[in-house]
Amino acid sequence: MKLELQGITKRFGSLVANDHIDLVVEPGTVHCLLGENGAGKSTLMNVLYGLYEPTEGSILVDGKPVTFKGPGDAMAAGIGMVHQHFMLIPVFTVAENVALGDEATKAGGVLDLKETRRKIREISDRYHFDVDPDALVEDLPVGVQQRVEIIKALVRNAEVLILDEPTAVLTPRETDELMDIMGQLKAGGTAIVFISHKLREVKAVSDVITVIRRGKVVGTAEPSASTTELASMMVGRQVSLSLNKAPASPGNPTFDVENLTVLSSTGQKTVDDVSFTISEGEILAVAGVQGNGQTELTEAILGLQHHVRGSIKLNGTELVGKSVRDVIRQGVGFVPEDRKEDGLIGAFTIAENLILNWYDEPPFAKGPAMKPAVVRDNAEKKIAEYDVRTESAMATVSTLSGGNQQKVVLARELSRPLKLFIASQPTRGVDVGSIEFLHKRIIAERDGGTPVMIVSTELDEVSELADRIAVMFHGRLMGIVPGNTNREVLGLMMAGMTADEALDQSSGSTATDPGGQP
Amino acid sequence: MSAATVQPQQETVADHVGVKNWKAPVGFAIGALVSLLMFAIGSPDQTAIFRISADDDRFRLQDVHLPAPTVGWVVTIVLAAIAVYAFLQVRKGSHISRWAGIAFALFFVTGFLTWVVGSANTPSISLAGLVAGSVTLAVPLIFGSMSGVLCERSGVVNIAIEGQLLSGAFAAAVAGSISGSAFVGLLAAAVAGMLVSVVLAAFSIQYLVNQIIVGVVLNVLVSGVTGFLASTLLSRDPELWNNPPRLPDISIPLLSDIPIIGPILFKQSVVGYLMYFAVIAIYVGLYYTKWGLRVRAVGEHPQAADTVGINVNRMRFWNVVAGGGVAGLGGAFFTLVAVSSFTPDMTAGQGYIALAALIFGRWNPIGAFFAALLFGFATNLQYVLSIVGTSVPSQFLAMLPYLVTILAVAGLVGKSRAPAAGGVPYVKE
Repeated sequence: MKLELQGITKRFGSLVANDHIDLVVEPGTVHCLLGENGAGKSTLMNVLYGLYEPTEGSILVDGKPVTFKGPGDAMAAGIGMVHQHFMLIPVFTVAENVALGDEATKAGGVLDLKETRRKIREISDRYHFDVDPDALVEDLPVGVQQRVEIIKALVRNAEVLILDEPTAVLTPRETDELMDIMGQLKAGGTAIVFISHKLREVKAVSDVITVIRRGKVVGTAEPSASTTELASMMVGRQVSLSLNKAPASPGNPTFDVENLTVLSSTGQKTVDDVSFTISEGEILAVAGVQGNGQTELTEAILGLQHHVRGSIKLNGTELVGKSVRDVIRQGVGFVPEDRKEDGLIGAFTIAENLILNWYDEPPFAKGPAMKPAVVRDNAEKKIAEYDVRTESAMATVSTLSGGNQQKVVLARELSRPLKLFIASQPTRGVDVGSIEFLHKRIIAERDGGTPVMIVSTELDEVSELADRIAVMFHGRLMGIVPGNTNREVLGLMMAGMTADEALDQSSGSTATDPGGQP
Repeated sequence: MSAATVQPQQETVADHVGVKNWKAPVGFAIGALVSLLMFAIGSPDQTAIFRISADDDRFRLQDVHLPAPTVGWVVTIVLAAIAVYAFLQVRKGSHISRWAGIAFALFFVTGFLTWVVGSANTPSISLAGLVAGSVTLAVPLIFGSMSGVLCERSGVVNIAIEGQLLSGAFAAAVAGSISGSAFVGLLAAAVAGMLVSVVLAAFSIQYLVNQIIVGVVLNVLVSGVTGFLASTLLSRDPELWNNPPRLPDISIPLLSDIPIIGPILFKQSVVGYLMYFAVIAIYVGLYYTKWGLRVRAVGEHPQAADTVGINVNRMRFWNVVAGGGVAGLGGAFFTLVAVSSFTPDMTAGQGYIALAALIFGRWNPIGAFFAALLFGFATNLQYVLSIVGTSVPSQFLAMLPYLVTILAVAGLVGKSRAPAAGGVPYVKE
């Protein structure tokens, strides 16, 4: 099946998310849509999948124009989609999830899942998915959930499969497996639209690359193009992908975590006996797939977790048991992973958000009274210093783009003299241009002599920033390795090997680049 | 959202340790203490008699004689043993068996009944009457909670159960009186409940008004409108407007003569039989049919349902309307079965108790059914005990159903999981 998009435009009010986009997807190819967060890739795919109606333009299947009133129409036309956030119901079984919307029934509307189970087993066997139709989805690892999504599309005879940022939640090994599956599907004649902003993966699997920037197609590229070329097309100007940071000159180990165990409210160990130290003037990056205890680790340090055992010492002061406010007073700067939820108050102005952690202290307050003029002066200074793109310090922070919001968070946290700086996913959902800026700021903080802890699920970021890398898996620390450790070793550790095992295995096997060729 | 989609992974590996929940043993210990002070030490020196059969029953079973002091001490010892068991289990870090809780509840109720009946002037009650009365009192609660199941499983919070019951009661009275037919009244009750639901659905689904606020406002509105009409129109000519025929009990021969369960299952009004049918139909529908799968999908993850071509809001709308119909039928119980006239606010907060039954029953039709029965039992116990003349103050007995409700919903529900998208309107971006 050949799929064509002609002049697709999608407007939300005055915002043009897609501007006359043309795209041709040939059967048996992997067509990559490359673009930054917010470039309009997902909007385009939602138009294609019938979730949005295009403002202008047409969709052609095998040369015939079609209109999709809803996802049902798109599916009937042979288009399947694997969403970035899985569209699976956690409390349903795999078979129920696959059957939903297309259920076989016996007399009286009674469900008949026998045929669905058979189809799931058949597809699972054909592509070696190893999926049990009767497993509850919430019990499955993320990688397997994604395969369930693919099965959902294949059961409905999808000939075009859209994968929206499919690797964001996967371990490097799971990413390799996914790329292998994409290869098999392609060989079977399925067309795949692969949406990503990860250059390495795009280069590895694509047959054609279309680059989208600010809602427009800015060109196509060959998979053989260099990452720098692709990045420049994506961002619209030259970007340097490496920071060339100076080597670290670590001082005293002032931050010391010993035998830290964190329990969830239901008694599960989310962090399991973790010990490490960070020295002044050093960046320790905590790598790992999302959901392996990193969030709980940072929250435990800040005092946000309830059931914490072990010890966390900063300059000899025990932080366990202290309130969040006391921890902050000890000189801890913290960038939470979800800035909209935990880092900023969307309805507050930029100026107010810039003093959230010290609003009640001089110079911003005197007794019970705030001093608006000082707050505003402070904001104007920070906005200039951190290059926050806004018209006014009094604009609400929710009007800013992701990158600019993150600059506000960083500006606030780095404005005080710090004894420890923790940044969780510092560049998630941030445009490439801002990433460079934010990284430089973090390194400047390190060079100023602060111990820095970065938590990131992006291996590129980890390798870029880290002086040492700690890898977490199921709440445990798999080991701490030097900052220049290769991706393959890190990938194995993220999948649950200790540092020694990973080093052994990677030197024993023929070296392949994880995230590389299937 | 981003974190929520990927967290399940670790649960399979990480072991359950450490966080010890002392709620159960402490609760048991308090229960055992109460039993010691009241049922054992404070035991009346009488024998409580529980009559299983009525005098005119075809099959007769022996009455049960329980000497209050003996039962009080036995119950206290058993309860204390269960509390110790729970304490040891928690200290070991192991699970407390479900049966421990059930056994505790059964023994406690036995102890309580023996104590309270034993301390009455005439220490003798009919067990059959107690149980049958409980079911009767639970009928509107069960209808109300089924309405809740239908709405909340599809993701709409239905606080308006109270209003639906009341509108059903009113419509049944008026339509039944005018037409002279109880069945017309029944139909009108369902329609009235649906009308209230249509308003709830329109505001909460189409106009995205906070569902709890719409629900509460509807309850007040229905109470006001029916109260106004009752005091003007209905009271002007009660013979014409407020004199509905009653639905008689229909006994199924032989089956209705089975001791205790016979009258419960086989000697009911049409509304009572409809109630059993509704519980079973909703249970089977929800868990075994295509419709049910879609309803649950819409209530758990509407976006996922949308992406497989299910019209989320239409599904929700019709579910809420159906729920209103069911609650309306429950309302008919008040004016067509219980008494045969409408009085303002005669539902007296039963819609809210139905909501509690829904939560206590963990959003499961069968669970809600038994929870509603429990509340009905507590209410009926109050009536029965005031008849036999117990020394327990009547105010305390009047508190009983609500005390049970609070304990049930607050402490004993445990880890219940509401439909994930409950109360959240679905808007396409």
